Amino acid sequence: MTQQISTMTATETVIQAENVNIYYGSNLAVRNVFLDIPPRQITAFIGPSGCGKSTILRCFNRLNDLIEGFRLQGRITYHNHNLYAKDIDPVSVRRHIGMVFQKPNPFPKTIYDNVAYGPRVNNYEGNLDELVESSLRRAALWDEVKDKLGENGFSLSGGQQQRLSIARTIAVDPEVLLMDEPCSALDPIATLKIEELMKDLKEKYTIIIVTHNMQQAARVSDMTAFFNAEATAEQGGKVGYLVEFDETTKIFTQPSQEATQDYVSGRFG
Amino acid sequence: MALAVIKYYPLFRSMTVTPQGQYASRLRSRTEKGIDGVFFSLTAGFAISIGVLLLSIGLVVTINALPAIQAFGLKFLITSEWNPVSGREAYGALPMIYGTLVSAILALLIAVPLGVGTAIFLSENFIPLAFRTVLVFMVELLAAIPSVVYGLWGIFVLIPITKEIGRWLHNTLGWIPFFSTMPRGPGMLPAALVLAIMILPIITAISRDSLASLPPELRQASLGLGATRWGTIFRVLIPAAFSGIVGAVMLALGRAMGETMAVTMIIGNANQLNLSILAPANTISSLLANQFAEAKDLQVAALMYAALVLVIMTLIVNILAEYIVGQIQAKYD
Repeated sequence: MTQQISTMTATETVIQAENVNIYYGSNLAVRNVFLDIPPRQITAFIGPSGCGKSTILRCFNRLNDLIEGFRLQGRITYHNHNLYAKDIDPVSVRRHIGMVFQKPNPFPKTIYDNVAYGPRVNNYEGNLDELVESSLRRAALWDEVKDKLGENGFSLSGGQQQRLSIARTIAVDPEVLLMDEPCSALDPIATLKIEELMKDLKEKYTIIIVTHNMQQAARVSDMTAFFNAEATAEQGGKVGYLVEFDETTKIFTQPSQEATQDYVSGRFG
Repeated sequence: MALAVIKYYPLFRSMTVTPQGQYASRLRSRTEKGIDGVFFSLTAGFAISIGVLLLSIGLVVTINALPAIQAFGLKFLITSEWNPVSGREAYGALPMIYGTLVSAILALLIAVPLGVGTAIFLSENFIPLAFRTVLVFMVELLAAIPSVVYGLWGIFVLIPITKEIGRWLHNTLGWIPFFSTMPRGPGMLPAALVLAIMILPIITAISRDSLASLPPELRQASLGLGATRWGTIFRVLIPAAFSGIVGAVMLALGRAMGETMAVTMIIGNANQLNLSILAPANTISSLLANQFAEAKDLQVAALMYAALVLVIMTLIVNILAEYIVGQIQAKYD
């Protein structure tokens, strides 16, 4: 039977990773990750390329299930329920934990249908027009698109497309918003808009953002996790691990690990 | 501050500056420019020759068909008598036009669900990649079988089977005009089935390609919103790949309308108009293959006229395909 997550009791920690190891085939990609994600705050994952921060993020809503050879050891829990338990349906997980991707990826549909897609596949019974409007408003896009809801999503600029993706995700009303480098394809002005939006959204949502941009992590996040990668015995192999997880101000001003200090001061990565 | 010495290379032959550094000259040689010119004319020539070829085929067919066009006019398209006996000659291609259209459409009705379904299965990771590769290869091998082999297979395998099925259809559903005759072997049904198998690889291969070339972000976005796999396929992936799939279907329709050898071996070659798909029928291409060798005078012209009709029909199908694909793309741009 599929477990209904919505009936669970809320806990102080929204998502918890306990000694998580991730394998692709026989290769260990990320090892020994422990994390406690607090509710209604922005948690940033930073670290050099290949450190596994995106991989970890995608485990939180089971999007890695699509990759052949993916295997996870340890436990990832959502309000104390194991996300990888046999009786958990990944589709229902994704209805609670939404995702915004690196590249803006609207569907080849109208702006309206893009936002209405999630509610439709989730059998939303309320007023769809109102939901589309409120989602677009919360994503700070309504004023720019209210006169052209029937136009294709691709007709928008990159920054608008990314806000459309955010509107599309929050239309399903998830509890957690995963953002995988949401600003890396955007210009500085669009980036700033998304960052302001994130600060508004955290009153309602728990946000986890992967970013390459340390200033961005310092600007928007409350908590920061620094990941690093080390070479393995194999030729060219790399395995990611969590170095330090703490309040953002602490990570950027007085980190306890030397590697963190080196990374945030720009000495490597 | 001292001004930096700016080195520059001449852009024109009239500018004479001593070559510097490792490069003898920044000018493009005459030979290189000449090769460019030759390459342009060569490719232009190839492109034009295709157009000339197409026009000349159309012209030859039309000129040879002229006597029949003058003799029968548009009545050729709506009459059913085909009588080459001299003195009583009468030619009407309606049964063949009907047979061409119906056999092709029947084939599509069978092949489109089968082909698009196969394409969906092969573009998703339902089975390990190794098995998928083998299956894709096998589908493509279907296209490599010569059509005369399909015809033989039709005679020895398909016709005995369709005869049994047809008999059952006639006995139980005989009141429907499409099953109103007793099957005698060759006929529309086995021909349409063979055509369906022959166009399957076109539909499958092109549909699979257009599904597989969709950005993976589309699928992830849909799944990330809590859509199921089937919801994602039907609501996002197929609409996004729709123009490719329609293109595949239209290409297959063109192929089915023009296919000759396999059809002529199993359709029964009866120049009669019969609604029943269990009865023998004929198509334009099959008519041409059967009669051309022994035809003379007006019969040749009539056959040419039929060929012209076939060319125009396939042309219409192609224009329609372009139009539909254009409409769909316009919706998404």
